[in-house]
Amino acid sequence: MIFLMPIIQLLILPMAADYEIKNINISIVDHDHSSYSRELTHKIISSGYFVLNDYGQDYQSAFKNFEKDQSDIILEIPHDFEKNIGKLSASSLLVSTNAINGVKAGVGSAYLMQIISNYNQKIRQKWLHYNGQEIKEGMHVESRFWYNKYMKYTFFMVPGILGILVTMVGVYMCSLNIVKEKEIGTIEQINVTPIKKQYFILGKLIPFWLIGIFVFSVGLFVVARGIYGIIPIGSYFPLYAFLAIYLVAALGIGLLISTYSSTQQQSMSLTFFLMMIFILMSGLFTPIESMPEWAQFITKLNPVTYFIDVMRRVILKGSTIHELQFDFIVVSIMAAFFNIWAVLNYKKTN
Amino acid sequence: MEKKIVIKVENLVKAFGDFIAVDNISFEVYQGEIFGFLGANGAGKTTAMRMLCGLSTPTSGDAQIAGYDIYTNTEDIKKNIGYMSQKFSLYEDLTVKENIRFFAGVYGLDIKTIKRKSEELINTLGLNAEANKLVGSLPLGWKQKLAFSVAIIHEPKVVFLDEPTGGVDPVTRRQFWDMIYAASDKNITVFVTTHYMDEAEYCHRVSMMVDGKIEALDTPQGLKDTYHAQSMDQVFYQLARAATRSAD
Repeated sequence: MIFLMPIIQLLILPMAADYEIKNINISIVDHDHSSYSRELTHKIISSGYFVLNDYGQDYQSAFKNFEKDQSDIILEIPHDFEKNIGKLSASSLLVSTNAINGVKAGVGSAYLMQIISNYNQKIRQKWLHYNGQEIKEGMHVESRFWYNKYMKYTFFMVPGILGILVTMVGVYMCSLNIVKEKEIGTIEQINVTPIKKQYFILGKLIPFWLIGIFVFSVGLFVVARGIYGIIPIGSYFPLYAFLAIYLVAALGIGLLISTYSSTQQQSMSLTFFLMMIFILMSGLFTPIESMPEWAQFITKLNPVTYFIDVMRRVILKGSTIHELQFDFIVVSIMAAFFNIWAVLNYKKTN
Repeated sequence: MEKKIVIKVENLVKAFGDFIAVDNISFEVYQGEIFGFLGANGAGKTTAMRMLCGLSTPTSGDAQIAGYDIYTNTEDIKKNIGYMSQKFSLYEDLTVKENIRFFAGVYGLDIKTIKRKSEELINTLGLNAEANKLVGSLPLGWKQKLAFSVAIIHEPKVVFLDEPTGGVDPVTRRQFWDMIYAASDKNITVFVTTHYMDEAEYCHRVSMMVDGKIEALDTPQGLKDTYHAQSMDQVFYQLARAATRSAD
């Protein structure tokens, strides 16, 4: 175990915790349908950083994908794009970026700008060459950031880190608890009583569940709001509803660790190992879309991923329960899974 | 009057791999009896006791506690027994009162009964001044008396005591045995392991375990007669000397 843990971490984490931004989902709204607009689209896709999410003529439908978090950037090409290039007047492109993830938004829009300006440069040279005319401006890009207007790093990080901390408090406390009873011998006394296993586990869960909610509230109201000035755009209801289910899942993991360990050191090192992976594979630092596919698979099994997702979307974007239903369903399944496993693995008779 | 059998053990075996901790033991214990379960360290006493409490599943053999089978009715057994382990097993970070309330609650006593019993118990033990103190701060002898009282709070049919008086001073030990007699008078069967041979003399009947087997079972007087010994100490030496298993 001692040997395996660092090896696994060393293998998995550097690959996943990569700061290079890749796989940015782009929606292109092309009102022009000209050879120029198609060429520009082709250039963007072939750069390797962007994945074409949808290509159409309707800004509204592109924006819907944007709201569902399916695309990160919308590039809108006006209908007189090609015509205006010929007419020597400026042609205005609109870039809308989803700035919930500030790092990704900044890097993504910078990539896009660069591709557009390279393309612009090329056209200018071409025109100069064939027509002897000089285009002064050519393409003008108008850029907008959505959901985190000023691209504040803290707005993006604080909800995520709060999610991690609540998880850590819950998993650590809970994982140490039953193990402690094993060490001091009181578990023996519990095991000779007729108490039902599920009541025992429930009795262990409830206090930590309450502590978790308290810690979260302090983090949300005192620290995030009081110090960083982050006021959720969405309502508190989806946040707390999600937290209530999520904590059951996180505490279930703690209990599970606890039922498998026989000493506190054992459960501590196991928890530490898991937390490392939970933190780095949650999309807190590295956007999940930039990870290799196998790593993305791991993030999907990681409850923290969903919590951070919900936190960011509710706080920065104002998502409702309806929009977050996938996260709710997954975490509910996890909560049931880990706790049932823990109850089954806790044996009063061996 | 016919003596009622409360513990019935037949050919009970517990093996851990090749090691046979409990080797084919059979005996019966009657209602209200104080049954001494003696043996050297590593003789298999604790393992046998854990099986009877439903904490450990036997490898083979049969046993019934208060009429319940130790394979299929472990939870029913748990309702009808009390257990006090070798390690002190009340919650040290709860107060005396909280411990009583917790364990009484776990055994399903209602709030009124818990309150009455808790007051009774604290009065009998003379713990009035300490009722709201953490159990961790009490002297060992008091803790043990409290643990015993908590173990029989639900008036079980049998109480299992695993070396209850280890490390306790002679006066407290004497008081502890008074409590055991009181429990026995209330028809609670007491199943006790000990290393003190003077305590063995207090038991109604005594079994001697050597290398996982029960080598002798009789009243203390009967054992002394059989082995031509002056005291239980000598009986113990004669039997335990034959042991091949090293102490743990």
